[in-house]
Amino acid sequence: MRGNPEAHAMVAPGTLRAVLELLADVPGEWTPIAGGTELMVAHAAGRPCAAKLVSLWGIPELRFIHSIAGYISIGAGATFRDLRAHVGIAKHLPLVAKAASWIGSIANQSRATVGGNLVNGSPAADSSPAFLVYDAEIELVSVRGSRRIPYSDFHTGYKRNAMAPDELLYAVHIPLRFARHRQYLRKVGTRRAMAISKVALAATAILDEGSVSEIRLAAASLAAFPARLYQTEAALLGRSIDARTIEAAREAMLAEAKPIDDIRSTAEYRRRVGVNLLEEFLLQLRLEAG
Amino acid sequence: MSDRHGTIRFCVNGENRAVQVPPMRRLLDVLREDLHLTGTKEGCGEGECGSCSVRMNGELVNSCLVPVLQTEGADIQTVEGLAISGALHPLQHAFLDCGGAQCGICTPGMLMAATQLLSINPRPNMAEIREGLAGNLCRCTGFKRIFDSVIAAAAVSQDHSTEQAAHAR
Repeated sequence: MRGNPEAHAMVAPGTLRAVLELLADVPGEWTPIAGGTELMVAHAAGRPCAAKLVSLWGIPELRFIHSIAGYISIGAGATFRDLRAHVGIAKHLPLVAKAASWIGSIANQSRATVGGNLVNGSPAADSSPAFLVYDAEIELVSVRGSRRIPYSDFHTGYKRNAMAPDELLYAVHIPLRFARHRQYLRKVGTRRAMAISKVALAATAILDEGSVSEIRLAAASLAAFPARLYQTEAALLGRSIDARTIEAAREAMLAEAKPIDDIRSTAEYRRRVGVNLLEEFLLQLRLEAG
Repeated sequence: MSDRHGTIRFCVNGENRAVQVPPMRRLLDVLREDLHLTGTKEGCGEGECGSCSVRMNGELVNSCLVPVLQTEGADIQTVEGLAISGALHPLQHAFLDCGGAQCGICTPGMLMAATQLLSINPRPNMAEIREGLAGNLCRCTGFKRIFDSVIAAAAVSQDHSTEQAAHAR
């Protein structure tokens, strides 16, 4: 049963300030909508969709990519096409560029925004694992001011996050200090184009004299929200990559991953493929370290 | 149409249009039902199949996922905007010549996705064509003839763009 457009109010105030004032007016009353690649699908399917929507599309203050003071800052309104077209992202944040290239189709990438992907909070969100292993920070704004939190603290449960009802996701800030890191991102879906992940794994790591001196691992679809795999990281930190370490890391990840059965895959498949991706990364890491 | 709704103004295929419809109404429905531009087709209605692809401000979009309020001031091109005074676009010729269209439901979307691709990359290789059309599903052709059509059109498209620009002046 399709949604009825008459049942929705929708406004486009056109400036960030006006949007924030509307959100502050009666907190929780208005739901922001950017490119609509999530909310319009819900609406089309007749799934409950916010009755009052405030459009963020076309607000220039939200659509930017800056490189300042050791960070690349991505406005919440930047589309995945914007990310793919940005030279600095291709150079410094290859995992973000890669994730952007496999989000839906060209038509989805020209409308879907970074802010929408993160606020929607799907466990399978394509951009999330990359942002997590790059230590991204999230900037939230409201009429009360702005605040920055680690992205790893943003998701708090299934489709729940740390935002107050009057807040808007303003930008994602990523520190540029991963040039020395070995980087990995792989998504497993039903086909190359358009598929939503069954499971995805991202990693950044440094090997110093054969042992792991830094490692960040993050997965999509292995928990209720995209998340770092801290226990698996702990099983690797300070170790050399040998058969025993790989086995210990696999065991840690099997214990840490909490996937579910759903329409796209099973928990068992996700767990097994997830640890295989981890092993693939570790073997590459060992090989590249020579 | 109704007075209860504000007026939304945009440009479709070079022509200024104004509609008074609910702001959440899909661009697809506005094109087909309010403006009677029925070349744009509805397939899945959820952004998976690309049948409703149109170009909006030079970007490819699924018109089933665009609330019409967000088209205020936009420049929209639909399949009806490809031919010039009845003369088919090189892509349309190529689809005819190469058998790129069968039942026809996906064809307008394929044409718009291919137009978008060629506007950015006038001489795409096969991998680039596959990526450019990855969001457009066809259940008849097996895709090969569509890809062949795009290759055939790429050779002549640039001439047509020049002609189109001249026509617009």
